[in-house]
Parts: sequence; structure tokens; C-alpha cells
Amino acid sequence: MEFQADADLPPILTVEGVNVWLSGRQILHDVNFRIEAGEFTGLIGSNGAGKTTLLRVILGLESPTSGRVLVGGRPRSPRNPLIGYVPQKILLDPDMPLRARDLVALGLDGHRFGLPRRSTAQKVLIDEMIDAVDATSFADARVGILSGGEQQRVLIAHALISRPRLLLLDEPLANLDIRSEQEVVELVARIASEQQIAVLISAHDMNPLLPVMDRVIYVAAGRVASGTTEEVVTTEALSELYGHHVDVVQINERILVVAGRETAAHHDHSDSRAE
Amino acid sequence: MAGSLAPVFEPGFFSSSPVHVALIVGGVVAIVSGVVGTFTVMRGQAFAGHSLADIGTAGGSAAFLVGVSPLYGFVTMNLIAAGAMELIGIRRPRGRDLATGIVLGAALGLAALFLYLDTTHSSTTGATINVLFGSIFEFPSSLVPVIATFSVVATGIVLLSYRPLLLSSLSPDLAAARGVPVRLVGIGYLVSLAVAVSLSAVTIGAILSTALLIGPAAAALRITKRAPLAMAIAAAAGVAATWLGILLAYDSYDWAPGHRGWPVSFFVVTLVFAFYLVIHMSIGRSHGHGHPSVGTGAA
Ligand SMILES: Nc1ncnc2c1ncn2[C@@H]1O[C@H](COP(=O)(O)OP(=O)(O)OP(=O)(O)O)[C@@H](O)[C@H]1O
Ligand SMILES: [Mg+2]
Repeated sequence: MEFQADADLPPILTVEGVNVWLSGRQILHDVNFRIEAGEFTGLIGSNGAGKTTLLRVILGLESPTSGRVLVGGRPRSPRNPLIGYVPQKILLDPDMPLRARDLVALGLDGHRFGLPRRSTAQKVLIDEMIDAVDATSFADARVGILSGGEQQRVLIAHALISRPRLLLLDEPLANLDIRSEQEVVELVARIASEQQIAVLISAHDMNPLLPVMDRVIYVAAGRVASGTTEEVVTTEALSELYGHHVDVVQINERILVVAGRETAAHHDHSDSRAE
Repeated sequence: MAGSLAPVFEPGFFSSSPVHVALIVGGVVAIVSGVVGTFTVMRGQAFAGHSLADIGTAGGSAAFLVGVSPLYGFVTMNLIAAGAMELIGIRRPRGRDLATGIVLGAALGLAALFLYLDTTHSSTTGATINVLFGSIFEFPSSLVPVIATFSVVATGIVLLSYRPLLLSSLSPDLAAARGVPVRLVGIGYLVSLAVAVSLSAVTIGAILSTALLIGPAAAALRITKRAPLAMAIAAAAGVAATWLGILLAYDSYDWAPGHRGWPVSFFVVTLVFAFYLVIHMSIGRSHGHGHPSVGTGAA
């Protein structure tokens, strides 16, 4: 999982002084961080913290009020082939006439106009990608009937088939049981390290990501702290980020962030789940 | 052969020129409806489709007053309405229904006025019946090239933007992140829908045009898990229902009451509905992994 950043390569992602206002409310406050090529980064924060907004700004789906985003050292372009993306909410209707295979193929050429005609090489690539995410057994089923974990794998294949250098996954672990959660994390980590892809993955619970995460970006109420887990996930750092006291405690290899005594009513600030 | 089929194919069916025009126009329009309708169902825009038909009534009835074919009235009105819906905010599902509803209300008022004027102006209800229930047997053959042009435009837009349209129907964000001009693709599709609904309205009438747009497509989407095949099945089913409807309507000039013939649209819509019911009942609500369905072959 360790990847030494090449000194010659610019960071794959640079976010500098980004502020975002939506409908008269400030959603992100002066966000700064960098992601080096091939790094696996967790974007951790509770509901409404601003994770999705930050990912949308990186993608160019939302414009920052101030600040800038560089992808591969350059201002990002509208269609950036360096970035692969899996959105948080995607409703796949069971009646949608689309096989898992078709969704993966749309990752290759879904932006192209004209009638689809795919070469043998492209079909082989589609099959390989489906195989890489262990989706071969359901490749010809309608995507709408697949389980949450299966759909997540198909969407990851859709995002990866265009060979991006940065993969943005918005809450891919939501609604998954512990086993599928682990499967998806291991799968993403394996492909990312094989193909040297940087990953930015949002989650409200950091624990499933701890074994594979190089760095963490912690979001609380639109403010961000980034660094290694040891640097960021500490009582001092997170208390400062939240603006009030929180405790970081470790129980059975799991890290829990709990609201301090003075603000015990603020359970929503806990990013951990009771098991 | 002629002897055994005589009761089905009434004398004169194949030699009647209005029948030729009806078969051509009806067939072409059914193909357009199948192709465009498949995306209408997938995008959950059946309400917008139906509303466009109602809205178009204002244009169709106005066309009578100024003495041009209702086709032009429908197309003009529907394109304006589609533009208004897009401006008000058809992109968000909720905004979409609201936008549709607002435009619909305004247009229905106009339609009521023009239909009233049509009736008082000509002292007959002929215009009203034509607009609401179609006039496929009275279709001037000079309009066939116009119908063909509109059909090519509507199906062409959908087929050429097939992949971006499919992706933005799945998820606008996913499409936008891939660089699809989601808004432009949506507008293009809305133009196709406006034209398809207009074509359908002049053949089987404004009131029933949604049936041809939605029915075959909805049934086709139950049969296959592949979008291109769904479009083909919807088009074929629509053509079959339309042609059979024309045949039955022609035959019905011998039927009770009064030997004046039953409306084509009644037959077409009934056949489409029957087709949907048969598919619905034979497939049921389940789509298992191994469910036998058309198109499981390789890409
Ligand atoms: N278009 C918008 N207009 C106004 N406010 C918005 C908009 N989009 C998001 N917000 C607000 O921004 C805040 C952050 O939302 P965001 O979706 O980024 O949170 P999140 O961290 O992804 O949460 P979750 O874990 O629930 O997905 C929320 O309070 C939300 O209400
Ligand atoms: Mg979110």
C-alpha cells in the first residue's frame, strides 16, 4: 500500500483555499490539501459535513466561490479523463434495460455521440474490467436487480475502465454489511496499488479504511484537517477542528470519536457506529 | 388466399389511397413513438409526454382557425412548451413535474378557447374530433414528406445521442463527470419528445397519443434488458398495433351501429393495452438473475 511519490510528478490533486457558498450558506471553509499520485486517502466526516460538496467541487460539478483546484498540476477541465467518479446516490431502477456489462461499457464511451460500435479490443477490456471487480458472474444481469455491494463493484468498474489517475468514491460503503464493506475496500485498494491510481474515498466511519488508508482528510462542518491518521485523528487535532472538545478513543482496534462531556448532547458529531 | 382472408381484408383495403397514406404515416409514427418512448419511460417522463399531447391541443386547434394542418400547430406548440418546461426547470424530477403542470394549465386554457372557436367558426365538431381523436384516414398525402422529415429528426436525435442520453438518464452527475453536456442532451431529447408526441397526436389524436408513446415502450422494457432491443420491440409492437388498428377501423364501416366506422385510435390504443397486459401477465413483476428473457446473448 505504501507508495513513494515521485519527486518529478506534481500532486495528482491540489485543493487551495477553497471556499464554497451554496444558497447563501458557507458549506466549505478555506479547504487546503494535496493528494500525491497513487495515495489512498479517506475523506471522513459525519452527515452534512461537506464531503459530497467537496468531491463535486473537485469534479467541477460545483464551482468554488474562491480558491482553486488543480488536477495533475493543471486547472481541471470540464471533462477530466484523469478522474473516475462514483456518486453517492444513484438509483438504478430494476426495470432499467441495462446490464452490468453495459454500465461498465458506458464508462469507456458514454460521453460519445453516434451509434455505439465497440471493437473487439474494447470488448476484451470490458470483460477484463468486469473480472477485475469480481463481477463476471452477474455481468449479464440487469444492474437494477443487483445487491448494493454488487452495484458498487459495477460502478467502480465503470469509473476505472477509462484508466483515471484519481478515483473519487462517494460513500461506497454506505448500506453495505461488514463483509461487503471489507470486500469493496480490499478490491479498491488492490486495483489502486496495481494500477497506481490515487483514491479519495468518503465515509462517515474511518474504521473499515484504517488498514489501507495512507492519509486522512477529516471534515467537520465544512472545515478540513488532513495528514496521516496519527496526526489527524487525535483528541487535540479533532477538538480544534470541531471547535469543541471531542475524545478519540481506541477500543478493540477500532477508533471512535465521541463528543466530549461538555457537549454530550451532540451525538451527531460522532463519526462512529455502535456495533 | 384472397378467398379465405376476404372477411378480414375488406374489398378495397389495399387499393384505397387514404388507406395507403394511413398505413405509411401510422407505421412511421409508431416507429418514432417506440424509439423516443423507450427513453420517455426510462427517464420517468410519461407525465411530461402526456402533458405535451394535451398542450399541443392548443396548437392543433389554433391551426384549424388559420387554415393550416394541425400537424404544424402541434409541433409549434409542443416545441414552445418543451422550451418553457426546460426554462422553468425540467432537470430536477420534482421541478420537472411542477414545470410540466404549470405549462399544462396555461395551455389547456388556450386549447379550450380554440376548440370552442373551431366549433362555432365551422358550425361542426369536425375540427375538435380531428384534434382530439386523430384523422389518419383524412391525412393529405402531400404531408407525407413532412411527416417523414420530422420522424427522421426525432429518431435521429435520440439515436445519435444514445449513449450520453442513457448515461444522463441513469445519473446526471455520473454523466456530467464524464463530460456529457447533460443539459444540451436533455434539451435535444425534449425536442424529440415534442415532435414524437405531435406526430402521434395527428395520427391517433391528442387524447390517446400517450398510449402509443408509453404503452409499447413500457411493455418492451419488461421483455428485454437491453435498451436498443427495447426500442426495436417497442417500434415493432407499435407498428403492428397501428396497422391492425387501421385494418379493423376500415372493416368497422360494416359494423353496427350505423355503418359509419369506429375510430382508428380506439383500436390502436386497445391493441397496445392488450399487448402490455399480455406481457405484464406472462412476465410478472420479478426479474431474477437467471430469468429467461430476450437478449441474454453477448454484446
Ligand atoms: N445545493 C445546495 N444548496 C444548499 N445547501 C447545500 C447544497 N448542497 C449541499 N448543501 C448543504 O451542504 C452541507 C454539506 O452537504 P454534503 O452533501 O456535502 O454533506 P456530506 O458530508 O456529503 O453528508 P452525507 O454524509 O450525509 O452524504 C449540508 O448541510 C447540505 O444541506
Ligand atoms: Mg454525501
